[in-house]
Amino acid sequence: MSAILELTNLRKHYATQKAVDDISFSIEQGSIFGLLGPNGAGKTTLLRMITGIFYPDSGHIQFDGKTFDPLNDIIKIGYMPEERGLYKKMKIGEQAMYLAQLKGLSKAEAMQKIKFWFKKLEMESWWNKKVEDLSKGMSQKLQFVTTVLHEPKLIILDEPFSGLDPLNANLIKEEIYGLAKRGSTVIFSTHRMEQVEEICDHIVLVNLGKKILDGTVQNIKQQFKENKFSIKLSELPGTLSAPAFNIVHVKENELVLQINEGFKSNDILTHFLNNQCTVESFHEILPTLNEIFINQVEGTHATARAFQKTED
Amino acid sequence: MNKILIIIQREYLSRVMNKRFLLTTILTPLIMVGFIAGAAFIAGTDKEMHKIAVIDQNGFFKGNLRDASDIKFEFPTDVDTSNYSKKGFTDIIIIPKFEGTAKAEYIIRSKKRIGLSLESKIEDRINDAIEDQMLQQAGIDRAKLDSIKSSSQFAEMKSLEESGDTVKESSAALSYGIGFGSGMLIYITMFIYGAMVMRGVMEEKTNRIAEVMISSAKPFQLMMGKIIGIGAVGLTQFFVWILLIFGIIAASQFFIPQDVLQQVAELQKANAQMGPGASMAQAGETAQKLYKFQNTMSTANWPLIIGCFIFYFLGGYLFYASLFAAVGSVVNEDPQDAQSLMLPITMPIIFSFIIMSRAVEDPSTSMATWASIIPFSSPMVMMARIAYGVPGTVPYWQLAASILTLIGSFLLTTWLSGKVYRTGILMYGKKVGWKEIGKWAFRKN
Repeated sequence: MSAILELTNLRKHYATQKAVDDISFSIEQGSIFGLLGPNGAGKTTLLRMITGIFYPDSGHIQFDGKTFDPLNDIIKIGYMPEERGLYKKMKIGEQAMYLAQLKGLSKAEAMQKIKFWFKKLEMESWWNKKVEDLSKGMSQKLQFVTTVLHEPKLIILDEPFSGLDPLNANLIKEEIYGLAKRGSTVIFSTHRMEQVEEICDHIVLVNLGKKILDGTVQNIKQQFKENKFSIKLSELPGTLSAPAFNIVHVKENELVLQINEGFKSNDILTHFLNNQCTVESFHEILPTLNEIFINQVEGTHATARAFQKTED
Repeated sequence: MNKILIIIQREYLSRVMNKRFLLTTILTPLIMVGFIAGAAFIAGTDKEMHKIAVIDQNGFFKGNLRDASDIKFEFPTDVDTSNYSKKGFTDIIIIPKFEGTAKAEYIIRSKKRIGLSLESKIEDRINDAIEDQMLQQAGIDRAKLDSIKSSSQFAEMKSLEESGDTVKESSAALSYGIGFGSGMLIYITMFIYGAMVMRGVMEEKTNRIAEVMISSAKPFQLMMGKIIGIGAVGLTQFFVWILLIFGIIAASQFFIPQDVLQQVAELQKANAQMGPGASMAQAGETAQKLYKFQNTMSTANWPLIIGCFIFYFLGGYLFYASLFAAVGSVVNEDPQDAQSLMLPITMPIIFSFIIMSRAVEDPSTSMATWASIIPFSSPMVMMARIAYGVPGTVPYWQLAASILTLIGSFLLTTWLSGKVYRTGILMYGKKVGWKEIGKWAFRKN
């Protein structure tokens, strides 16, 4: 598979801070990509450069095999920013038509696609309502539709589930999977790690304007594993300690163990089997993305960054 | 379709296709007319009758003080300051004994305070009476004086404007009316539509629409689409108003009797054969008035005035609207920020209005000339001067200079505003000062 987007040494400095400081990564076509980072890490600036709103100070963006050309490539991108809104006084159907036409669709095409999506997401009765009459979740749905309406090659969603109830969040999630299956690439930016774990194939974690993690969710979890295992026994043996592991904690007859250097998981099993214990379950504990995130970002004063001054 | 066209279309239709636009467009002129008529009616009817008791110790004024519509002088003998209001007088004037020709203090007393205009009217009447008296003493008898006064108002100005070989009738009053009217109209519309642009930009910013939009269209397209769309709304409004005026004029034709119209037509024919100043003795009074009105209206160069009006409306609008858009893009949620940032834009507009109202009285001063070329004030001031005639009052080179600087300037302000707008529209939560705005405007890329 080829990369739809390749960023090389991207930089964007503001007067008071280095918002994006030498970031490179690439995104496979058709994948669902997670862009993570604490508040103020530089995610929005990065997304704004990818959508052509900002020009990078230096670095290169390769989009769909060619150098990114904001003027023409913009119609191949659908961007739903975190700070999003719609014209309050405008009718919903007209609003969708307007945004679709700005994305280069003809009137007839736009009409047909809007009808398709409105039907799919059960929004048909909304056409003549005004945006100000919609609840937050409803306008979120409308915003999603206007973002993906023109079937862009690259869809960028910044916190797409905020304000949605679980039912609607699921509906949107299914659509995201569907879009990826049909060949669109999705960039997904959020703080909600459980969603990332569930949806994304590939993630990048940025902090203080720099990339600190890059890989598939599984790889990253492997990379940060602490060799912890959980074992459930029918009853605890007389002696628990063994050279192969340390006990992290015990809860009734379930143990969490950490393997010592030079031993393997089978050594744990052998120990308990030799002690005539019945093993009811045994599995490896991988860190959650949430833990990795907190682990990586904690202590970097990321939150105080906005008030720091850089030298240049 | 071009993106800017799509944006213009939305900005235009979303404003024109709603009831409020229709209502304000049709009601505004009606309310204006109603307001003026109402004010005139109130001024006409609400006059309090002043019945004034004159205590004249010289016995001189009796029969010499002329009454007015709201003043009646009487010379009762049994009235003094203590009982005049009981006797039905509103005021009492006590005239001192004359001593030579020295100025004397006349005292007027009343329960209610007397207005300034009434006071000076009474003073005029008393002075007139004294003047009459003096003339009579100088040997002119009363009847002669009256006959002179009644027949002395024979001067009626008819000014002719020379341009090359032809001499054309001109009317200062009409020029004043056109100049002030169009200057005023430009002044009002600059505020109305400029503020409309600013509010539109602020709406996009505070409702967080800007980023959604800017991922689809360039900021400059967004700004220009809004400015042009709202400008088109303004032109539409003017167009509707002009249609309304023509409609009213056409309708009023039906109320003029047929024979009057015929007389007017004859007058026009006679005038065309014999040149200006032909006799109009046979025509009736209404026909004469109507003919005069038509004649006066025809002295103005309407195609030039309307053409210039449209140009200066658009030029002035484009010049200021982009500045308003830039301010709108910089403002955060707080509308008070908008007030203080707007001040440097509204001040020149108000100042231009003041210059315009002077220029319309005297269109050839150097102040008026310069102000009609400098783009901050040229839309209003030049309109005030153009009404007095091109190239008589405004030479062609001044008109050309004014038009060219205005075009150049609105291109410049639009360009600079575009840069401020581009940065400002996505900037949240930070209060921005003039220094920073300047930095954005003059930044290179």
